Amino acid sequence: MDNQYKVVHCTINGKEVSQIVDVRASLTDMLRNDYRLTSVKKGCEVGECGACTVIINGESFNSCIYLAVWAEGKEIWTLEGLTGPGGELSDIQQAFIDEGAIQCGFCSPGFILTSWEIVNSGREYTDDELRKALSGHLCRCTGYENIFRAVKKTMLRRLGKNEEAELVNSQGITEYPDPMPFK
Amino acid sequence: MYDIKALYEAESVEHAVQLRQEHPEAQILAGGSDVLVQIREGRRAGCEFISIYMLDELRGVSIDEEENIRIGSLTSFSHITKDPIIQKYINVLGEAVDMVGGPQIRAIGTIGGNTCNGVTSADSASTLMAWDAIIELTGANGVRRVPIKDFYIKAKVVDIKPDEIQTAILIPKASYENCFGHYIKYSMRNALDIATTGCSVNAVLSADKKSFERVRIGYGVAAPIPVRAYTAEEFIKGKEITEENIKKFAETVLEDINPRDSWRAGKALRRHISVVMAERALKECVELAGGEING
Repeated sequence: MDNQYKVVHCTINGKEVSQIVDVRASLTDMLRNDYRLTSVKKGCEVGECGACTVIINGESFNSCIYLAVWAEGKEIWTLEGLTGPGGELSDIQQAFIDEGAIQCGFCSPGFILTSWEIVNSGREYTDDELRKALSGHLCRCTGYENIFRAVKKTMLRRLGKNEEAELVNSQGITEYPDPMPFK
Repeated sequence: MYDIKALYEAESVEHAVQLRQEHPEAQILAGGSDVLVQIREGRRAGCEFISIYMLDELRGVSIDEEENIRIGSLTSFSHITKDPIIQKYINVLGEAVDMVGGPQIRAIGTIGGNTCNGVTSADSASTLMAWDAIIELTGANGVRRVPIKDFYIKAKVVDIKPDEIQTAILIPKASYENCFGHYIKYSMRNALDIATTGCSVNAVLSADKKSFERVRIGYGVAAPIPVRAYTAEEFIKGKEITEENIKKFAETVLEDINPRDSWRAGKALRRHISVVMAERALKECVELAGGEING
């Protein structure tokens, strides 16, 4: 059978775009090859490592097991969409740097996008809920404590709990002094 | 790029049925969290596929005119967990599908795909079995409803005719009314793992909450397909809620299940944990239903 192509219209990082894509392409292929959004990493390509994670209609998806043609009409965000017009880093990106949550950087774009979904939810996750929400990503360098801490602190700061964010220790546990200075 | 010979995109349920008839060789592609991975592995490489993923009419949870809970087949696991109807009437299903893979897999994986691929380890399967779910299939001759116990034929084979697609999963009112359930997944890891064995129990207590009016128990990975332990269910029916009866119920499940040795776990381990899970899950159901264990 001859190659099949299709025009796919979608919104990527806030901009309406369209592109002719091969129906055999994954969303990772489309974002990397047609839009040059190379923050979307090709890791395992079978939905295990989370390096290719993007946000589709507000939810984290593995773009490697998502057909490009399914992007029709969807709103997609990649890491490139998080920075400001002058390349300023977002709070969650800065937190990853501050907490030493980045080493080789291959898992970082995916991790940061799932973290972004978490901190954008406006909800305070428990430590267990946070771990579960981050469980779809693998990191081979820093381990997970630094990443966990970056997400937890950013979540608390977004909720206006700056003082509590400062009490998160190196293991990611909030250490309340006794007696508690605030509640 | 995926090694796909041809992709036919369905634009409506009728169109999907038409595509099924026009391309008998083509396989159905829903969320793709299994199928796309199997294309990569080579197991389904070079095949034709009918994608039904874009059919939004097959998404969402509602209560239909017969008061069934109606779950559209393409509803993702993450949306099932968050759905208020599921949380109110059959929360155990939301909890069970929240244990599939990781968060991104739960965003793409669909309940229809989870049942149609016919595997015994599917986290939704034991709960759907235990709640007597009804599978709705749409084909050239209209809609057909099949009880889930008849839908599973053998490992990886389900009752879908060549012109059909699964369009919904229904939970009848008689099944969910006053019913409380609990699911236990035994696996090596808490995320991104497949169940060694899964057990879903639900119970309706008598009005005085002293005895079991009805208990149903379903297993995944206790046989080649998801199964019920009917002998145990029959034993506990009408019995008082006591420690002894619950223990006896749990031991009786061994009469109905037939787990195997696999690289994940041995038969002996699976038999052992099946009994332990039955006991723990039923105790949890009693608690959820506001009952107390006497004696």
